[in-house]
Amino acid sequence: MSAPRTLIDKVWDGHVVRRRADDPDLIYIDLHLVHEASSPQAFDGLRGTGRRVRRPDLTLALEDHNVPTDSLTIADAMGREQVETLRRNCAEHGITVYSLGDGRQGIVHVVAPERGLVQPGTTVVCGDSHTSTHGAFGALAFGVGTGDVEHVLATQTMPLARPRTMAVEFAGALPPDVTAKDLMLAVIAQIGANGANGHVIEYRGAAIEGLTMEGRMTLCNLSVEAGARAGMIAPDEVTYRYLKGRPDAPSGDAWDRAERHWRTLPTDEGARFDRTVTVDAASLAPFVTWGTNPGQAVPVDSAVPDPEAFADEADRAAAERALAYMDLAPGTPMRSIAVDTVFIGSCTNGRIEDLRAAADVMRGRKVADGVTALVVPGSMAVRRAAEEEGLHEVFAAAGAQWRLSGCSMCLGMNADRLVGPRRCASTSNRNYEGRQGDRARTHLVSPAVAAATAVTGRLTPPAGLR
Amino acid sequence: MNALTPITAHTGRAVALRRDQVDTDQIIPASFCKRLTKSGYADALFAGWRKDPGFVLDRPEHAGATVLVAARNFGTGSSREHAVWALRDGGFAAVIASSFGDIFRRNAWRNGLLAVELPEEAVAALADAAEADPGFTVTIDLAGLTVTAGGDRWEFTANERQRRLLMEGLDEIAVTLAEDEAITAYESARHDWLPAAGPRTTPARSRARL
Ligand code: SF4
Repeated sequence: MSAPRTLIDKVWDGHVVRRRADDPDLIYIDLHLVHEASSPQAFDGLRGTGRRVRRPDLTLALEDHNVPTDSLTIADAMGREQVETLRRNCAEHGITVYSLGDGRQGIVHVVAPERGLVQPGTTVVCGDSHTSTHGAFGALAFGVGTGDVEHVLATQTMPLARPRTMAVEFAGALPPDVTAKDLMLAVIAQIGANGANGHVIEYRGAAIEGLTMEGRMTLCNLSVEAGARAGMIAPDEVTYRYLKGRPDAPSGDAWDRAERHWRTLPTDEGARFDRTVTVDAASLAPFVTWGTNPGQAVPVDSAVPDPEAFADEADRAAAERALAYMDLAPGTPMRSIAVDTVFIGSCTNGRIEDLRAAADVMRGRKVADGVTALVVPGSMAVRRAAEEEGLHEVFAAAGAQWRLSGCSMCLGMNADRLVGPRRCASTSNRNYEGRQGDRARTHLVSPAVAAATAVTGRLTPPAGLR
Repeated sequence: MNALTPITAHTGRAVALRRDQVDTDQIIPASFCKRLTKSGYADALFAGWRKDPGFVLDRPEHAGATVLVAARNFGTGSSREHAVWALRDGGFAAVIASSFGDIFRRNAWRNGLLAVELPEEAVAALADAAEADPGFTVTIDLAGLTVTAGGDRWEFTANERQRRLLMEGLDEIAVTLAEDEAITAYESARHDWLPAAGPRTTPARSRARL
């Protein structure tokens, strides 16, 4: 019998095109997702060398980073040019593109899974770090730079050094109000924003099995904020139920053959990981960030930490810098921090379940005076699903804006950006300086906390409204 | 035709940016990533921090520095290769840090920006020296995998393939295209139920021109 292997090992070994002792493995890429912001130079590179896209059929393009969410016209000339360039490049190479105005458009990491394109045991890349999202299906999925986009377009492969493996084991079940977002903010706070550098994580334990696919995607999405190359979860009945019947999932006899393969993927008993981290899920609470990287997070019921409390000198300096940028004093209760903006959306928390969680909190309540709340579905399909359930009416009645899909206020590239020293509770993934706009201050939160915060105007857990 | 100029070593003056977790949004804010080119990003480098007139990279004594001495987890965050282009256009040939974001490191080497990882004590010593003497010069030798400066010498490791590509000035895509036979063989054995985003096409094979 062969040695027990991890999920990561199995997917890796199944994609080795060529292995040589003195060279990294050449890995086949099953699905290449492309968006307008990281691809123009890659297509230029192909043109300059007379190369072609090897597998347009394994490539899907989306318009998401530059699109407005309140109209179908991109007002900004450079943003429009970038989107039009993507359309031209896709037409030239026969690549399917879901454009602004198409009912299938949305954020690349929301659309590919909801189409059923992301399947267990596959390899997925995209010129975007949050490609790690797709690991929720037991796929090995990671973000790459534009040079690698060009490489994959031309060869459908990547030469890659085998990553180290890391198990994150969750002990116990999640308490109420604690979501996948909180779980991962807690993991990053525990291991640090570079705690998983060079590793692919497999998330394990009962708390993971109990998560929906949406929750698993949120978790894997944030893997990259812990520095990981990718995050993965073994496929199970939850995965198969989610996939079955989706437009690009296999059907009939093909489904049966696919499922037989998928069932061989979970990590074997006794397989070894290079590192294991254990997190006590049962002791967690809703988490919020106080600083300028996702590792700077605490439970919402606690206070802004004192930089002096950090043993490491560099951590102390980073905390001081972060607090100066965030305009926060040590010891301030997190729940006393007032915000003027709430953003619910992004590839981290822009799926139907996220919108349901936010709507459940906002139902029958009002957004506080002086607070602007944006609800931006992660895809047009999510938007339709939400409208069928009447969620848009809940948001509208509360006074929140109901938008079209796109990356929106996650990154300060399109029209949805904060101007001046605004403070935002955001369900996105990065609280970096200036990420949401020049001097914007970001607190990362779950959708339920975002909604409760919109209602009170201060960082608030949903329990704070009951 | 796509070969790059081989790089075997770099010597230049160092400047220290003593901040952990310098993410690629700081190196280049997203609003600059709407451009369609691979160059012309000098104005975008650290655009947010540069609004502070005292920002270390703008001090006259550090003008012309080519080696950036950073701290922990430099280049974390977004995969934007623009961060590497901006550093290069801003005059940098190397970044020395105690750790790097994985995607940034890969992007850097591909573009000939030497992302060199040294132990924290070594990085701190280099930063001290660069702060004490703006003329402090560092040499990075790719053949010997060493950093030498002010009489000290450290060894570092690199991705062997990326190092070789850089030293020989090879185009990585051309090197992979030379494996076309293996790729085609792999493709013909793939499961038929695997996903497709569009109508099935036969592989378009580009010629390998080394
Ligand atoms: S929503 Fe944010 S993190 Fe996700 S792909 Fe868009 S910009 Fe990137």
